[in-house]
Amino acid sequence: MYTLVYDGTFEGLLTAVFEIYDRKLFHVKLIKGEWRSSAMFEEVLQVITDERRATRVLKGLRKKLSAAGIQRLYIAHMAEMDNEENAIVGFIRYVFDTDVNIEEDYGNKYVMRLSEILKMVRREKHRMEAFIRFRKLKDGIYYAAVEPDFNVLPLLIRHFKNRYTDQKWIIYDIKRRYGIHYDLHDTQYITLDFSEVNKSSEVENIFTDDEQVYQQLWKSYFTNVNIVARKNTKLHLRHIPKRYWRHLTEKI
Amino acid sequence: MNAERITEKLNILADAAKYDVSCASSGSKRKNENKGLGNASNGICHSYTEDGRCVSLLKILLTNHCIFDCAYCVSRKNNDIKRAAFTVQEVVDLTINFYRRNYIEGLFLSSGIFKDADYTMERLVRVAKKLRTEGNFNGYIHLKSIPGASDELMREAGLYADRLSINLEMPTEAGLKLLAPEKNRQDMINPMNFLKNEIILRTEEKKFFKKAPLFAPAGQSTQVIIGATPESDQQVLQSASYFYKNFNLKRVYYSGYVPVLADKRLPALNTSVPMVRENRLYQADWLMRFYGFHVNEIVNTQNPLLDLDIDPKLSWAIRNMQAFPIDINKADVQMILRVPGIGLLSAQKIVSARKFAKLSWEQLKKIGVALNRARYFIICKSNEFERRDLTGNNIKQFILAESQSKYIKNTQTQLNLF
Repeated sequence: MYTLVYDGTFEGLLTAVFEIYDRKLFHVKLIKGEWRSSAMFEEVLQVITDERRATRVLKGLRKKLSAAGIQRLYIAHMAEMDNEENAIVGFIRYVFDTDVNIEEDYGNKYVMRLSEILKMVRREKHRMEAFIRFRKLKDGIYYAAVEPDFNVLPLLIRHFKNRYTDQKWIIYDIKRRYGIHYDLHDTQYITLDFSEVNKSSEVENIFTDDEQVYQQLWKSYFTNVNIVARKNTKLHLRHIPKRYWRHLTEKI
Repeated sequence: MNAERITEKLNILADAAKYDVSCASSGSKRKNENKGLGNASNGICHSYTEDGRCVSLLKILLTNHCIFDCAYCVSRKNNDIKRAAFTVQEVVDLTINFYRRNYIEGLFLSSGIFKDADYTMERLVRVAKKLRTEGNFNGYIHLKSIPGASDELMREAGLYADRLSINLEMPTEAGLKLLAPEKNRQDMINPMNFLKNEIILRTEEKKFFKKAPLFAPAGQSTQVIIGATPESDQQVLQSASYFYKNFNLKRVYYSGYVPVLADKRLPALNTSVPMVRENRLYQADWLMRFYGFHVNEIVNTQNPLLDLDIDPKLSWAIRNMQAFPIDINKADVQMILRVPGIGLLSAQKIVSARKFAKLSWEQLKKIGVALNRARYFIICKSNEFERRDLTGNNIKQFILAESQSKYIKNTQTQLNLF
């Protein structure tokens, strides 16, 4: 059993696959993290991300997968789920070891696992499209903070860009400390320094005057459309799990 | 903006609109192609009320003043409640500001009828027009058409709205006569028919002229109230099936009657909302629209009521045991769709996966098949076959005994059989 350590990037993962084939390794485990030379694990290899090798693997995959299949693979990796590299590597090996396109072989455990991972990531992406709540800042930018389980911000750009073309916005992932910013033309990845807006009075001051009004209107709308005679807390919680509440205007 | 006054209006007019369940925002094709605001090409539920229903659109009445006196409606003329009316501009501002904050997918605007049908309809259309032309708004707009509205206004509405709907209110004409004697079924059907024809016409036009304007791209829908009048499920579903076929409706919504008014024609105030029945009707509706079931297979003279303790597909299957078991690795997809516990996605996955290798129980489970139900009706790669010589009734009891259904407390009598 070999353990391969890679840098967590998609190129790194593809380079690892190159190594596996190049060195004819059979039993492998892939982990992301920093390379530490250690005598305790003898069969540990460091994968040095190599764009040329990654591209070769990607080219090979393109021959055997549809464009949608490649996209699914990329998204599954983007999710950054712990210890799922091996499912992804297993999937890739199955692709290379089979003559036909195996994307829809749901009887295979790797294909199935990939489809499960995708389902989880897509649900989170969809939830972000639903649960993001913008607040209007004094400088006209609409700002939203999120804390998704998976790293889905890159998957959200197209949706929000299509929807809000005529307003500037920022969606910020507090957990991963980066955000996306749309300036009416392009979107960029950004990081923010929150150290200066710690006092709550200052936080209030950064929003436009009518921001509080619309938040209140939304809250009272939310309360008024509820039908008490149909109360169903279990269903409510299934749709809006509690971990999302702290960023939902109507639930704060 | 007078925040206090707007809040009061919103409270009154959201509260009055909440009993209309049709609130979906999917099925349109409107894209943001003009650097404007919004995109109505995918439906999203942005929140969920504490009763578990989705909040997708800002669903409000333009006014709850009404000249009619329908027994089931909170806004009825003789009900002593606070009345309010929005101005056109107020609705436009609310919609745009909610949309910009990503609270909603768009607007669902309905209204009590002040003065007459056209007077009211004209105002609804004006809101939609202003949103589209002045607000450059491409979000979803659903207008509730007013029964009796003129063709001219319906045509204009279709140019700005994504979906139009007219509530049939009651599943049958007799039910309507009983509870809304001033309303006339024909007034609902005429605009529905006009829209149907107009949509067909515009779709043809669109084939030849790519730039032809969108016309009610999400089609039309309707809503019926369930449990206020004594119709059977057979009557309800047959009426739905009739409207699907003859008016190309996209959806029929079934709304369990919430007793809000004391009236001797209606169920008493303490009657509980028929939520299980409503749920079963939606399941049956899906079977008709997506699973290839004919309405008579689901309900008929021998079985005029849907089973409350099991879903309608399972109910059909145990009445038709001669059709089973089917071989998952061979049967055609139409038949796989008829197996209880197998949904549209699982059926599609099964058909894709079996091209590679025969499927076993374990794989079916992973694919997402609900084996607790499906196993009695299928054969797969494994030798064991669960059905043995069970009768339909045995199977029903096995499944009920295992089920963790949220409705279990409602089905006490059935479980005691065991």
